[in-house]
Amino acid sequence: MAAKIVVGLDGSSSGNRAVDYAKKLAGQMGACELVLVYVIEWSPYSFQTPEENAERHKRREEEIEAAMSRVMQPALDGLAADGCTARGMVKHGDVADLIDRTAVQEGADQIVVARSSEGGFVKRMFGTATANLVMHASVPVTVVG
Amino acid sequence: MKSIPLALAGLTMSAPAALAQGAKSIDQQVNEIFAASTGWFVSAIFAPLPGTSFPWIVLWLVVAASVFTVYFGFIQLRGFMHSIALVKGDYSDPDDAGEVSHFQALATALSGTVGLGNIAGVAVAVGIGGPGATFWMILAGLLGMASKFTECTLGVKYRNEYPDGTVSGGPMYYISKGFKEKGLPGGGFLAILFSIFCILGALGGGNMFQANQAHAQISGIVGDYPGWITGLVFAAVVFAVIVGGIKSIAQVTEKVVPFMGVLYVTAALIIILVNFDQVGWAFGQIFAGAFTGLGVAGGFVGALIQGFKRAAFSNEAGVGSAAIAHSAVRTKEPITEGYVSLLEPFIDTVVICTMTALVITISGQLMIDPETGNYLVQDGVIQTVGGTSGVALTSAAFATGFSWFPYVLAIAVILFAFSTMISWSYYGLKAWTYLFGEGKTTELIFKIIFCIFIVIGAAASLGPVIDFSDAAIFAMAVVNIFALYFLMSVVKEELASYLGRLKSGEIKKFAH
Repeated sequence: MAAKIVVGLDGSSSGNRAVDYAKKLAGQMGACELVLVYVIEWSPYSFQTPEENAERHKRREEEIEAAMSRVMQPALDGLAADGCTARGMVKHGDVADLIDRTAVQEGADQIVVARSSEGGFVKRMFGTATANLVMHASVPVTVVG
Repeated sequence: MKSIPLALAGLTMSAPAALAQGAKSIDQQVNEIFAASTGWFVSAIFAPLPGTSFPWIVLWLVVAASVFTVYFGFIQLRGFMHSIALVKGDYSDPDDAGEVSHFQALATALSGTVGLGNIAGVAVAVGIGGPGATFWMILAGLLGMASKFTECTLGVKYRNEYPDGTVSGGPMYYISKGFKEKGLPGGGFLAILFSIFCILGALGGGNMFQANQAHAQISGIVGDYPGWITGLVFAAVVFAVIVGGIKSIAQVTEKVVPFMGVLYVTAALIIILVNFDQVGWAFGQIFAGAFTGLGVAGGFVGALIQGFKRAAFSNEAGVGSAAIAHSAVRTKEPITEGYVSLLEPFIDTVVICTMTALVITISGQLMIDPETGNYLVQDGVIQTVGGTSGVALTSAAFATGFSWFPYVLAIAVILFAFSTMISWSYYGLKAWTYLFGEGKTTELIFKIIFCIFIVIGAAASLGPVIDFSDAAIFAMAVVNIFALYFLMSVVKEELASYLGRLKSGEIKKFAH
């Protein structure tokens, strides 16, 4: 059975480095499939105005479409050009939770993510998505700087 | 015969007397024109049943809530835990993440109802009907849960989903589509009638009452000044949000309001706990007052009318507004939103309104005749220690526990007023576009009218504003409940099918 690596994308240059690193790993492993995950941070417990609610479905589609065209598709195209087997998915929710969940569902051997992009108050208050993932991950995690 | 408007007229004389004394010509003119032009509408809605002083509209709401309660087999009791499981997201498909969750739909609807009704409305009810009004308010809240269940299920079931992914729902949609589906005549007419009343309700209870009480609160702290100034400031901010599309203001409000709600309940709980020895007495007053009136105008019927009225005004069960707010949720099962919505009157009325009433009762602000044990009543209103009424009474009651609380309450009232206005501007807009069609110009016209009414509401005195607000909101309930009687069988079918599939395991919890 081919090895499988889940890669977390965040649209930043460090996210791209995570993809590059995963590609290198895949090359070394031989038969390996990459599963790219882009998570749009979202909570079902946030507060919204009635108008935001009414437009939510439309906005969600737009968010997924934007993430697909701006981040996911270029990454997948790059991998395909290099002859890598790769799939991509865009999801809404908690970043750390969803990347780990995807890894479990896909039966991945490991997760590759970039170092965190949060800073300042948010980082001090809630930690970072990467730190949370490292702490709670169900499969080995590689953090790319 | 017209006990309610008369009683409220008494309130107008006593409470905002300070406001009137400043002889603000603009305010007075606005007030006179407003009272003269809306009086007939108020009289029609609050007309008493022949030979009694009981307004027919109150009976209309309570009978409906009772009918739905029995028809759906006390759904508010047996479905309560399932409602909480739904809000927690136990039955939400993870693939729907990013869509409007049950929690969000509930929170949005609540931010439209939790507010001045809970703070000022309860004070008005207790100030006129005595603590006994609380008992009837709780009962009306519990029964109202079934009304919400019915209307919000229909709201989701018959909403319009447009190709661009946006949704529009509410009574005007379920009345027109539901009646057509059942082959009943008159759906289109009723939907139009509802929309007209919804626009009036949005301008009244959802706007003028809010502006009015926000002004009363601000002027109570910084000193008396003309209401139209507050009105203009509010109108400018609301205009910036709903016309200018400055979402950040609304987003900040939507995030601060829940915390204000929690802060309010916490403060109330602390005051109640500190005065724990009086809680038994307070409940005694509530029960005794509920059946005897303890000297209030109209006796126990007076207490009952006030309790039922304020509960309906506060939680809006049967009014139809919540059906507009709840219809945006992402679910394949309309009935789940019905379940979720029944928590709304519970949180709004049974919990928050009761807290306010308990604090007012415990605070000793309502003056009691030491000889008879009855409340001292003048001009239909219970005498208070500081001569206060409405939101000022609540403020004074909370100040007995925390001297600084009026300042927090002032901020809370302003924010609650603002978030309620934003919610109702949307409800009104949906009714407006139902009547006149969607489009930038028609929407802009409504939004400008909405902002003008903020100024009128802040400038007018409490009596005529509260009368018109009540009347407009209850007029919505007249049409909505009438339609609900014809459509409740649809909800029953949905419920039976849903419960069947829940029992068989076809609908199950998702692992989260």
